Amino acid sequence: MLITSPLTTAGPSLDPIHDLARLTEYPFMVSALEAGTIVAAMAGVIGWFMVLRRQTFAGHTLSVMAFPGASGALLIGLSAAAGYFLFSGLVALAIGLAATRRGSDDRGQESALTGAIQAFGLACGFLFLSLYQGVLGSYESLLFGSFLGITSSQVLALAAVAAATLAVLAIAGRPLLFASIDAGVAAARGVPTRAVGVGFLLLLGLAVAETAQITGALLVFALLVAPPATAQLITPRIGLSLVLSVALGVLVTWIGLALAYFYGYPVGFYITTAAFVAYVLARAGRTVGDRVGPLRRARPLEAGA
Amino acid sequence: MFAHEFFRNALLAGSFVALACGTVGYFVVLRAQVFAGDALSHVAFTGALAAAAAGLDTRVGLFAATIAIALVLGGIGRGAGEDDVAIGITFAWVLGLGVFFLALFSEGSGGGNGLLGARALFGSIFGLSAGEARLAAVISAAIAAAALAIARPLLFASVDPAVARARGVPVRALGVAFLVLVGATAAQATQAIGALLLLGLLAAPAGAAQRITSDPYRALALSALLALAAMWAGLALSYAIPSLPPSTAIVSVATALYALALLLTAAGVSGRPAPAERTPQSAGSRN
Repeated sequence: MLITSPLTTAGPSLDPIHDLARLTEYPFMVSALEAGTIVAAMAGVIGWFMVLRRQTFAGHTLSVMAFPGASGALLIGLSAAAGYFLFSGLVALAIGLAATRRGSDDRGQESALTGAIQAFGLACGFLFLSLYQGVLGSYESLLFGSFLGITSSQVLALAAVAAATLAVLAIAGRPLLFASIDAGVAAARGVPTRAVGVGFLLLLGLAVAETAQITGALLVFALLVAPPATAQLITPRIGLSLVLSVALGVLVTWIGLALAYFYGYPVGFYITTAAFVAYVLARAGRTVGDRVGPLRRARPLEAGA
Repeated sequence: MFAHEFFRNALLAGSFVALACGTVGYFVVLRAQVFAGDALSHVAFTGALAAAAAGLDTRVGLFAATIAIALVLGGIGRGAGEDDVAIGITFAWVLGLGVFFLALFSEGSGGGNGLLGARALFGSIFGLSAGEARLAAVISAAIAAAALAIARPLLFASVDPAVARARGVPVRALGVAFLVLVGATAAQATQAIGALLLLGLLAAPAGAAQRITSDPYRALALSALLALAAMWAGLALSYAIPSLPPSTAIVSVATALYALALLLTAAGVSGRPAPAERTPQSAGSRN
């Protein structure tokens, strides 16, 4: 995934318009930017709920299910997409049903279950791979995808998945938010919190499965967790924080793609680094703000129980 | 089966690694830190690649990276389950760094790096030499002994941090020391048996043991025993069925044991009182 354009040797001119023109000079970069923007926007919204619900571990588990999905599909001759959907759907159901069985007040068991399911899924992937006895792309492209070879039909597929995901979230957003912030009160008010939880994990799994095959499992995960967490640190206001999360995700992706284009080295490295720096800055800013004075800061959003 | 040297080496290293994982894993599950363990095992991958890119011994990179990140995670930690977000972000970035080192390394050596990556993730327990197996056994035994040495205060600090702190137990220092221990386990297990196996052996036997009994010391012993059983059964299975990779066999046995424990405790003993005071959360919400 090293982007080695003919222009790699020449750095950016630091003239934004000129640089943007150079960035969009080649069709592959246009596709990469489009795909990156779509993925970042979707991850910014669904990841916002994931972070709110403290389901980062489940999100990571779902995103690495790309590996058994891909190798299993290869083994039995299915399309990779079918394998991805099958595996992450199954794992989302397993985590959702098993982990929330007893009101999920036992975080130790919940984390043990998620870990065991992840290890088992990866073990299956390893088995499929050794049965297939073939080569499954490179290790790196499995993790961070290949932004180079994105076709315009893949961009369309990504856009469709993102639109569907966002539509579901728009419809189910209110009960989901309610159930995430205060599960006890939501259940008392008649919100089916358990069904909402399982449904959310399924949606997350399907969205991640579709995007992981194009942009790589870990890049999706980085975009799912870092921009939303940064946004939630910056403001407690729900709408603003959602917008900020999407904006940060898109910004980080563009910076990463541009740096990779101009300087070489993997996109995944630049995007994760930019996202990490933004989070560290936000966290440092909060700490300083809390120490400096009573600025009437509201507490960040926190999931109940 | 025992006539082959590779199998004896695997059995020696595997037994001690399983004991260490079962012991450390009990506390990992008790403290709801499986995600931290997972992150540390991925950090090992970056450490190995960084050492390879710098031309150092991979072992140096493994231990340095996992222990450094364990210190960071312990430093920012605020409590079990609270800081999954910070762990996720740190570890996504560390993996991004790993890919960067991979690119650096492949620039220097020109190929062959995929193998290193695959070995870091999956290990090859049947490929250990006698010396490597002995070293793995010694380090794992030391890790298990260290975990047992701090078992009592750690248990207290995990179950009820507030009371432990009031009684003068250094809760925060213990938490950091424990994560360093998990980091050392990850570094050790990664080179012997692979990061994938580590997660399975950390989470599944301990999860099963805590479902079966709520007595902490009995659960601790059971967790180590179940890990050992999974290791032995997995090794034997993989020897009998050559197309079954050992890591898959071992993780599958461990997961099956966990599933069995879940089914048994859910179906047969549903009248059993819920294990009290297992975590601060559960203790609080059951009052």
